[in-house]
Amino acid sequence: METIKQLSVFLENKGGRINDVAKALGEHGINMHAFSMAETTDFGILRLIVSDVEQAVGVLRAENFAVVLTDVVCISCPNVAGALSAILERLAEHQVFIEYMYAFAQGEKAHIVIRPSNLEECLKWLEEDDCDILADKQL
Amino acid sequence: MNNEIWNRNKECMSRDELSDLQGKRLHKLVDLVYHNTPFYRHKMQELDLLPADIRTIDDIVKLPFTTKADLRDNYPVGLLATPMSEIVRIHASSGTTGSPTIVGYTSRDLEIWKEIIARALTAYGVTRGDIVSVGYGYGLFTGGLGAHYGVEHLGATVLPTSTGNTEKHIRLLRDLGVTGLACTPSYALYLAEALHKQGLSADDLKLRIGAFGAEPWTENMRHEIEERLGIQAYNIYGLSEIMGPGVAYECGCKDGSHIAEDHFYPEIINPETGEVLPVGQEGELVLTTLTKTGMPLLRYRTKDLTTLMPGTCACGRTSIRFTRILGRSDDMLIVRGINVFPSQVESVILEMPEFAPRYMLVVDRKNNLDTLEVQVELRPDSFSDDMGSMLDLRRKLGERLKSVLSISAEVKLVEPNSLPRSEGKSTRVIDKRVLA
Repeated sequence: METIKQLSVFLENKGGRINDVAKALGEHGINMHAFSMAETTDFGILRLIVSDVEQAVGVLRAENFAVVLTDVVCISCPNVAGALSAILERLAEHQVFIEYMYAFAQGEKAHIVIRPSNLEECLKWLEEDDCDILADKQL
Repeated sequence: MNNEIWNRNKECMSRDELSDLQGKRLHKLVDLVYHNTPFYRHKMQELDLLPADIRTIDDIVKLPFTTKADLRDNYPVGLLATPMSEIVRIHASSGTTGSPTIVGYTSRDLEIWKEIIARALTAYGVTRGDIVSVGYGYGLFTGGLGAHYGVEHLGATVLPTSTGNTEKHIRLLRDLGVTGLACTPSYALYLAEALHKQGLSADDLKLRIGAFGAEPWTENMRHEIEERLGIQAYNIYGLSEIMGPGVAYECGCKDGSHIAEDHFYPEIINPETGEVLPVGQEGELVLTTLTKTGMPLLRYRTKDLTTLMPGTCACGRTSIRFTRILGRSDDMLIVRGINVFPSQVESVILEMPEFAPRYMLVVDRKNNLDTLEVQVELRPDSFSDDMGSMLDLRRKLGERLKSVLSISAEVKLVEPNSLPRSEGKSTRVIDKRVLA
């Protein structure tokens, strides 16, 4: 079963805070492959896919950030119209709901990070459909 | 339970004997300030009072009050009752607004001070065999030096760690097998946290007794400190204007703080009218220094809100006690017409393990309506990637605050270790209201 460890960081809404994370990771040579921000009026959750998640946890904890790891699924699909819809339709058919997702596209490929309501079910149906599921090192 | 009493003669005196002693001391005190402190002479003349009019302790109600403003107005040394040549030490309060307040001690005052701290330490169970780390700030603040000389007077070993270097503090606690700790309750929690961060626990230390004061704290905070440091935690009360720590102290019963009544006479008044309230009613604590000679004060308004508890304590001391300080009449916030004490907010936060025991209250006025924001630190291990559960946590705290405070507060979750930590008195309130 291929899942990816996503790093979530608790952030107050205050100027420069996202950069504090980016800077700390950058200084330790940790690359960010993708990220998204979920925000409320006073705080947010920054979700990241990084090149070395274990090291990133250590670096951010040392700077007093509250961090937690979450299993997510990363799918690679063609960067063409309708490709995402085909995948989502399949998941909805099997009652797999999406808590949140974010995506990034480059050239001919698009990568989608999904946090499903049921990780096992999600992977099962994606594998059955021969979806291209990425592992940690493939990003 | 520990039954040792440092000064049985004074701490267990019969009430009649005590009141007789207090009357004699008050008479001497009034004579001293009338002749040596122009401020008090003028005040007494305005009231048409002569020292001879004060014969028994009950006559105290005839005397004028002293306030913090009087101390500032007579800055720096206008309230001394003795020439500077007799003063052997000076302390000063931080004075967040205007001038600091200066307090001068004669060598006799310092003798009394260390005596009352030895009484307090004995009541907590500290003996000559103990090593006590004093983590109050040393310097102009009375906490550090006050506690220091008290520990020495008792005959225990004092470790003058002061504030600031927590890492070294922990190392010395371990290496020396320190058994006693005197500091602010918030610093005790900070130490517990620092210990935890180093992968250590109470089991790695030999601490058994803590003397905490200089800021109001709650019963919940006591339980948390006791559990995390593996100690018995006791309150020590004092204020620099009156003496410093040791004016009152808990005993093994942990049921109110005993006032060193042969030196400090307590009254409870209605903070708005100044009317003296019967024993047992809640109000502002007023203290008179019966024996001080450097800077004696008549009926000093402490602003601390409490209730006096008469009756002999199970520990055997006859000295009157007061209940945990409910708040300060000047700390009390009035938000949308409701009285709010920071200690109420604190007790709610301490009941929820998801939050660190640290908070900040921000009061503001928007569109003519008061707003109260409670900032609270999330504990790192309570953070979840699930936004729903984070919002639930915030809502839960908001609901509990509303039920305790009777007004709604906006809860703001802040990052771990982001609120200012104080090693002396905690500053927990920001009032941004500008009243015309």
